[in-house]
Amino acid sequence: MWDSQVTNMILEGILQTIYMSVVSTFLGYLFGLPMGVLLTISDKNGLRPNPVLYKVLDAISNVVRSVPFLILLILLIPLTRLVVGKSYGSTATIVPLVISAAPYIARMVESSLKEVDAGVIEAAKSMGASNVQIVFKVLLVEARTSLITNATIALGTILGYSAMAGTVGGGGLGDIAVRYGYYRYQTDIMIVTVVLLIVLFQIFQNSGMAIAKKLDHKKK
Amino acid sequence: MYEIEIRNLCKSFQGKDNQVDALKNINIDIEKGDIYGIIGMSGAGKSTLIRCLNYLERPTSGQVIIEGKELGQLNEKELRRERREISMIFQHFNLLQQKNVIDNIVFPLTLQGVKKSEAREKAFELLAKVGLEDKAKAYPAQLSGGQQQRVAIARALSSNPKILLCDEATSALDPQTTASILSLLKQINKEYGITIVLITHQMSVVKAICNKVAVLENGQLVSSGKISEVSLPEDKYFWIDGDSQLPKHHARAERIEKVEVDNYVG
Repeated sequence: MWDSQVTNMILEGILQTIYMSVVSTFLGYLFGLPMGVLLTISDKNGLRPNPVLYKVLDAISNVVRSVPFLILLILLIPLTRLVVGKSYGSTATIVPLVISAAPYIARMVESSLKEVDAGVIEAAKSMGASNVQIVFKVLLVEARTSLITNATIALGTILGYSAMAGTVGGGGLGDIAVRYGYYRYQTDIMIVTVVLLIVLFQIFQNSGMAIAKKLDHKKK
Repeated sequence: MYEIEIRNLCKSFQGKDNQVDALKNINIDIEKGDIYGIIGMSGAGKSTLIRCLNYLERPTSGQVIIEGKELGQLNEKELRRERREISMIFQHFNLLQQKNVIDNIVFPLTLQGVKKSEAREKAFELLAKVGLEDKAKAYPAQLSGGQQQRVAIARALSSNPKILLCDEATSALDPQTTASILSLLKQINKEYGITIVLITHQMSVVKAICNKVAVLENGQLVSSGKISEVSLPEDKYFWIDGDSQLPKHHARAERIEKVEVDNYVG
């Protein structure tokens, strides 16, 4: 039962999982990073307080985060069909992954940016920096290490979520684990996929942390 | 014309159920080339006052006039332009931790859009001026407090300011380092003709380099003028902060500092 067909399937599963996690994380940041920046600057002690904008973003982020991913996955099927053309497979899984991850990412970005020393921001202001300059040349640069650490955490979490999408035909290692391990009782294949997921997670985690550490000049 | 005129300046903060008057009707004239010390205890309003001079804090009422230009009349953009001419250094240096020394000094020029090569040339010149030529590639975390403040001074000078505001610039430093930073400030004042306004709670700092002084108490100006003409409440400011847990210990530290600063600068 363990033949080249199974090996090929697992190899493809690995590639699909990497594809889903990396693309979803990237797109998640495409939406989550600006949202996090806006949350930071519109907050009451931010660069440009705007209670209405903050409340709206805050509400969006909390509502999306409070819907369990598995339910979101099903809720978003019409949208996924609209964007991708079908509701199964790894590309289709990216849609709910991005929508679910973006508000988490925004919150993590917000917390990273709020760690930046207020004194450094004040110094930039005293030099005549505009708010846009403070965001791009102070906040995002000074928070770099924390942003990368959080991106690593996001990537790991999205990897786990992508496996969950396997229950509804999402493709990737999770899909294989559910189909073979759960429906066909082929425990060996399930164990292999779980081990592979752990290995992938370790690779993502360790390389992310290594990059963060390399780019940090604060403690040396 | 005065370099800096502070006219009837008031600043209040709205607390939860009461209003705090941090500054009450302050009037100070500062001439070009002055080293003007503003001394007071914690909570006297010094920090608020110095932040009103570049409008990091907007006064509740009154005026701040820099070379005839009233800051309150400027829009955001004009104010940012004006701030390039009013540099500031801080108690905790506030250097960019993720940028090395030379990039920190270049930073204000980058904000202004100065060409990179030109900015770096200027930065190296200033780095030599503050005596840290060999630290160009170091990061702030690798430097001592005194070295970081030197970098901050070089950074403050890079935009050719006419005024330098010092916010407790030596309060986090040991006595020897304090003395060397003060003599650097004095040298800058002489060489570039930059007007310096400094706030401090240390009488020794005022005595070491200031030609004029204002005493601030509970948000009010108690006295001000030439240092030789103002009676300074020596005892009151002899030991550091009002909220200090260890007045005796501080008193001793301050006394040592006073002697060393006097020896060095005098």
